[in-house]
Amino acid sequence: MSAGTTLPDQARPVLLRGVRTHWDAVRGNWVLLAPERAIALDEIGAAILAETDGETPFGEIVERLAAKYKAPPEQIATDARRFLTALIDRRMVEALP
Amino acid sequence: MSDPGTTGAPANPKPPMALLAELTYRCPLACPYCSNPTEMTGRKAELTVEQWADVFGQAAALGVLQVHISGGEPASRRDLEEITQAAVEAGLYTNLITSGVGLTAKRLKALDAAGLDHVQLSIQGVDAAAADEIGNYRGGFERKMAVAGWVREIGFPLTLNAVMHRRNLDRLEETIALAVELGARRLEVACVQFHGWATLNRGGLMPTREQAVRARDTVAAARERLRGVLVIDFVPPDYYARYPKACMGGWGSVGLNVTPDGQVLPCHAAASIEGMSFERVQDRGLKEIWRDSAAFNAFRGDAWMQEPCRSCERKTLDRGGCRCQAMAIAGDAAATDPTCSKSPHNAALRAAAEADAVSGAALIYRESPA
Repeated sequence: MSAGTTLPDQARPVLLRGVRTHWDAVRGNWVLLAPERAIALDEIGAAILAETDGETPFGEIVERLAAKYKAPPEQIATDARRFLTALIDRRMVEALP
Repeated sequence: MSDPGTTGAPANPKPPMALLAELTYRCPLACPYCSNPTEMTGRKAELTVEQWADVFGQAAALGVLQVHISGGEPASRRDLEEITQAAVEAGLYTNLITSGVGLTAKRLKALDAAGLDHVQLSIQGVDAAAADEIGNYRGGFERKMAVAGWVREIGFPLTLNAVMHRRNLDRLEETIALAVELGARRLEVACVQFHGWATLNRGGLMPTREQAVRARDTVAAARERLRGVLVIDFVPPDYYARYPKACMGGWGSVGLNVTPDGQVLPCHAAASIEGMSFERVQDRGLKEIWRDSAAFNAFRGDAWMQEPCRSCERKTLDRGGCRCQAMAIAGDAAATDPTCSKSPHNAALRAAAEADAVSGAALIYRESPA
């Protein structure tokens, strides 16, 4: 959990308690609500977090998103890993082994 | 007509993200840096649960996503649990900002049942002697440690808020260690901002320049060391900064504050600006106040700016800094924040800060209204 956070394919990411996605009807986008933070989510970010349930391994999240968006899995894996490890570093997500 | 290159207040400002709900000015602690005004209304003037529920509903419809339930000490209200539930029912993310004094395991469980999302617990020092000197409340530190334990048992995410100043900045490493020990996810290292009661205690609280520099380095090192363990937010002592803070993320831009008696302010210190009047939720809708009131529009856009702000390339970054500080030091709320190195008042401000930092002034404690 120190510098250089990793997210292996078999790890199951989950939003920590007090962190949730919320449809912001006034602005018309998804937001991630966390302690003292509200982060606007783009479509990809919202899609990644919709699969982040603490049960689905990261590798499977990537496969699902690659199929959904008809995109190369390597590209999805890079983007999703960057996105989720940033949230792990910010204490909003944890990766269950 | 405004000058070319400046813009006035927009007819339809972007909606606010956050509401600071000050439920009461009552508080068992007497911290000498309290951000509350030095003249406060008492219990009789406080909004009811029903009035708060109405405010929360209006806030959510306006675009507010998070409510910070604060005070004074919000737990001084026996109906805190009901007010929290009303905020949850309005669809807001609820954050309780508390000293911990007045909370019990039972009350925290009730807040959990009400749907509270997050607890921000203040600490005044890392041990009882240091903390209780600042809070002027014996047993305060012990209660906070108990509250932190109950918060952890329930599972609420915990933020520790540590207000730092000359008397405790040398114990910043211990403060960070305490946050980790208590299982906090976040730590706010908030150096005293000299508003409210703190303006009376500049001599007692002003850090030295060396402390300010060391705090910055300590925080930077701890952030690196504790990545993924503890998130640290740092509010530096702005008197020693080169440029001012972007106060409130811009006046009337991100948040609004409702006082215990229903006044709607652009920031919690705004009542210190002479000549500015504020509307109340009892008299007008929150949306109309946000969009149309003179107080909220006073410093939107940048047509109100004077030099050196007006032609400064940083004006979109810091928006001229803090209006209340401009009022307090420069005597003009539209002046450049005197903490800016470009302000004509900056040299005097720095000299005063350095004199305050070696002053042996005794603390003047906050008083609580009835």
